[in-house]
Amino acid sequence: MLRARPLIFTQRALVRNYASSPSPHALVLLEHRNGSIENGSLSAISAAQQLGGDVTGIVVGSQEQVPAVLEKVKKLQGLTTVLHATSPKYSASVPEHVSPLFEKLLSNSPPYTHLVSAHSSSARALLPRIAAKLSLPAVSDVTSLEHDPSGSTTFTRPIYAGNAIATVRAPASIPIKFFTVRTTSFSAAESSDAATVELKELEPVEVTDSPTEHLETQIAQSDRPELGVASRVVSGGRALKSKEIFDKTIEPLADVLGAAIGASRAAVDAGYADNSLQVGQTGKNVAPELYVAVGISGAIQHLAGMKDSKLIVAINKDPDAPIFQVADAGLVADLYDAVPELVEKLKQ
Amino acid sequence: MRPTAARLLNILVPVKRCVDYAVKIRVNPQQTGIDLNVKHSMNPFDEIAVEEAVRLRERLKDHIKSIKVVTIGPPKSSETLRTALAMGADSGLHIELPDSAPAPEPLGIARTLKAVLDREKEQGRKVDMVIMGKQAIDDDLGQTGQMLAALWGDGDGVAQATYASKVEVDVEEGVARVTTEIDGGAEKLRCRLPVVVTTDLRLNEPRYASLPNIMKAKKKPIEKLTPSDLGVDLTPMLETLKVSEPPKRVGGGKVANVDELVAKLKEAGITAVA
Repeated sequence: MLRARPLIFTQRALVRNYASSPSPHALVLLEHRNGSIENGSLSAISAAQQLGGDVTGIVVGSQEQVPAVLEKVKKLQGLTTVLHATSPKYSASVPEHVSPLFEKLLSNSPPYTHLVSAHSSSARALLPRIAAKLSLPAVSDVTSLEHDPSGSTTFTRPIYAGNAIATVRAPASIPIKFFTVRTTSFSAAESSDAATVELKELEPVEVTDSPTEHLETQIAQSDRPELGVASRVVSGGRALKSKEIFDKTIEPLADVLGAAIGASRAAVDAGYADNSLQVGQTGKNVAPELYVAVGISGAIQHLAGMKDSKLIVAINKDPDAPIFQVADAGLVADLYDAVPELVEKLKQ
Repeated sequence: MRPTAARLLNILVPVKRCVDYAVKIRVNPQQTGIDLNVKHSMNPFDEIAVEEAVRLRERLKDHIKSIKVVTIGPPKSSETLRTALAMGADSGLHIELPDSAPAPEPLGIARTLKAVLDREKEQGRKVDMVIMGKQAIDDDLGQTGQMLAALWGDGDGVAQATYASKVEVDVEEGVARVTTEIDGGAEKLRCRLPVVVTTDLRLNEPRYASLPNIMKAKKKPIEKLTPSDLGVDLTPMLETLKVSEPPKRVGGGKVANVDELVAKLKEAGITAVA
């Protein structure tokens, strides 16, 4: 009994530390490509602001990449500070190279209470790796959040391909809450000349014996708006029959609407469209003003990626296709007649 | 003469039993989860992982020494292991959880898998490659592979290749060349073994198990352990407060012809761009 007593005291002291939880301070991963900040990261800043505390950004990249990005982050509203670390190894955002920097930054009681990023492919690869190193859980693809003064954060996130919404709480006992945000659920942080963002350089953490070497990145080139953030999307499905027909049918409609092109998994698997254009549970999530589904039946997995769109238009010749259950304007017609007619009539 | 041990690869494939992808799920009235009294099957991404392991053996022949499948879940998860064995895996390991246990989190799963890898190593079957799905279609978290790569090995973790669409293994060099899908394109990586690969849909087309293979799979060994046998704790750190139905969309509005469609678009303020 007597011997146990000092132990109890230590535990109490720990509990007290939890109770007086620090005010939230989010660290937001600012991803960039070709000198621009990714739109998803701008949404992540807005999500981080909802925690109600300080928001610090972090930019990681090569000597060639970082300066141009810093010019832009200086003007971002909602950020107080931006940390930046530069190393040739950081150019391709390989998790094995970047993770040690974050581990160092986040160990030994850092000021940060949250690590936030967009639910992008590179952040999805990186964040869980850092979290596991720090023995922390992570929450993926958050659509809303609320921070409690006691130190717990409650998130909502879609599960089962968006067919259910889970509300999960990360209790105060989790010192740093890792989460990725669904870009379409948060507005993008804006730029302003009046913004006062302090820039701070970080020492890179060099990985001497990396198990991974980045060989090449291939980005599909397109003049169209980027699918994930476009305000209008025209998607084609299996009914388009071939790549030629897909292009010939979908492109004029996308052109006349100034829309990005998307595709169902069936269309991608059949080679009608590039992988990166897939909309759905395993592809991109989009929530544009207008989503036009052409020859798409509307499988659960496809609906998961587009049902938050403001106005859904479906053109399909099967009146019983599930897509009509979510469409605001459904046209039961042969797409080969209806789409060209629609293009013509829109032009008038 | 047997080839030297260094050239023989052991592959571990973690698989998960999920609600079948085609099932329209229902949230239970208590709002604690979904009605699980429905058809279950192997997570589709894990099927791709099993298929890839079997194809690697078909390509590399004798260089692959073993393909072991592991699942962490309730008693019925052993059916999922049998499916994987029927597709061509050699042996199974079931870390059995009680039916009443809460769903484990990716970090707990990754720790359990790391304990399995350590145990395999102690027993002389050092694993060189873990192939697993990029996400489970129930919780849609997509974290376990990355977490395992962080924990595996001594300290810095091992290589990870997420969302793989192509995997080539060079046994002589001890590397895997992996093409991965990223936003807007693809990336090529060269990963030193051991490596954790997570599968994207486009990696392959999983085979159907033939009846003779299903019969053969019944004779393949499945070992059972509990989390405490491995010294791991699977208690979740996050609390699920509620599971609810997503907001219903009021759809179903049909238009008779293209003219009406154009009118409806105009009404919503959508017109052609110049």
